[in-house]
Amino acid sequence: MSSNAVERRGKSSAAAVREPPGEPLPSAVGAWQRRHVLDLDDFSSEEISLVLETADAMKEVLAREVPRVPTLRGTTIITLFYESSTRTRSSFELAGKVLGADVINVSAAASSVQKGESIIDTTRTLQSVGADILVMRHKASGAPYLAARHADISVINAGDGWHAHPTQALLDLYTMRSRLGDVRGRKVVIVGDITHSRVARSNLWGLTAMGAQVVLCAPPTLFPVGLDPADRDGCDELALPPVRFDTNLDRAIEGADVVMALRMQLERQQSGLVPSLREYSRLYQVNSQRMARAAPGVFVMHPGPMNEGIEISMEVAHGARSLVEEQVANGVAVRMALLYLLARRR
Amino acid sequence: MAESIIMSEQDMRRVILRIAHEIVENNRGCQDLVFVGMRTRGVPLAERLAAAIRDFEGEEVSVGALDIGLYRDDLPARGVEVRIKPSELPTDIADKRVVLVDDVLYTGRSIRAALDALIDYGRPQRIQLAVLVDRGHRELPIRADFVGKNIPTSHRDDVQVMLREIDGDDRVVITPVEGE
Repeated sequence: MSSNAVERRGKSSAAAVREPPGEPLPSAVGAWQRRHVLDLDDFSSEEISLVLETADAMKEVLAREVPRVPTLRGTTIITLFYESSTRTRSSFELAGKVLGADVINVSAAASSVQKGESIIDTTRTLQSVGADILVMRHKASGAPYLAARHADISVINAGDGWHAHPTQALLDLYTMRSRLGDVRGRKVVIVGDITHSRVARSNLWGLTAMGAQVVLCAPPTLFPVGLDPADRDGCDELALPPVRFDTNLDRAIEGADVVMALRMQLERQQSGLVPSLREYSRLYQVNSQRMARAAPGVFVMHPGPMNEGIEISMEVAHGARSLVEEQVANGVAVRMALLYLLARRR
Repeated sequence: MAESIIMSEQDMRRVILRIAHEIVENNRGCQDLVFVGMRTRGVPLAERLAAAIRDFEGEEVSVGALDIGLYRDDLPARGVEVRIKPSELPTDIADKRVVLVDDVLYTGRSIRAALDALIDYGRPQRIQLAVLVDRGHRELPIRADFVGKNIPTSHRDDVQVMLREIDGDDRVVITPVEGE
């Protein structure tokens, strides 16, 4: 019955039930206690590994002639997107359907949200309708946490503001693992607009939990205050993950096993954070010349959607070392794994 | 709490050899035969059956591994294993004679799940079931075609098959579980 007690304590308990490092998991049930997936900042490496292993089994299902299993029959998944999305939403929908769940898509533009309904009320309404799992995207950081706190259903964060995008980070880890094996000790360079990137933030937690060596590369104006170890003045109690920061991509990319380019949002130029997109791409574009400085066998990734010719050159984006399409395909398997684990846990 | 050994290493070796013979006899050879072991302990058992047939018949029977995690109906309530692995079937099972292999036959619910899983891969000509131990207490109309040993048990007993590939040595033990 202790698991029920844990459940009632809610989100903050996730870290408390984490297994002590180095100790074998007592049982599979102990390995997954989560009701929500909000970010990777409190995920242990064991939990991440469980998600990735489960995704392997899901990949086998997706490879079948008829990819459909009855696992989540009777489970209702609602996707609630306050921001637009192609790949995340469609891959959650497909993941749910392959597992036999009922999936309902609610878009904020066509719902009572337009009439001013709050996040809390909307979540409770969807719970009353019969949702078991709510997949939520919102432009405000923390919105899914609010939903999770005020409802009894599972909440998956499908991207909140600049804060977190845990399912993207998990699919990135899965893609890296499937190509590199263990990411421990591997050098991963994340380049681009770090400040505004929820993908970078979640990847930071996931990659460092799995022992990768992370280097963030950005112009100083697109790098969040407090992450650079050099100016962590008084921020150390935040327990930020160990990362390196470099403003020079030619230097940062040396010996990299993975280079992850982030989307450069075109409006950043208007707000004065970069002098011009041309200058940005001259200094920070992931192109063939720069890829040549990385480790032999380097892979390039991008969470999409890409601005080809700005943060990534067309030939690298579609070249032999690109995993971009694989990332999208793996997204379905990883999201199936999360839906399965959350539903089994209920 | 005293556990007692109901099958020794030698008992298990003889039983596996006998089942291997019965399978070949019943199927009149090894034509189109495929063994599918149910994870975890059905897989090494299926491999042992195939090895036995290789020895006395000189024929190769392919062996697959089936994970029924995605087909169970009893997981949330009982809190068993959530870990799942990819199933690995060696060939297209359509029109094959599939022998499903598991260690213990109990309620029959795992076999029900395995049948659903198998049928998702194709339409076998025939599916048969081989188990090392049948401990009774079926909850579904399912029976095994090949049984190593029938063991009368109480609901509260715990029957465990140990295999050297997984547990280090071979034996079958029964532990009466006291209290609840």
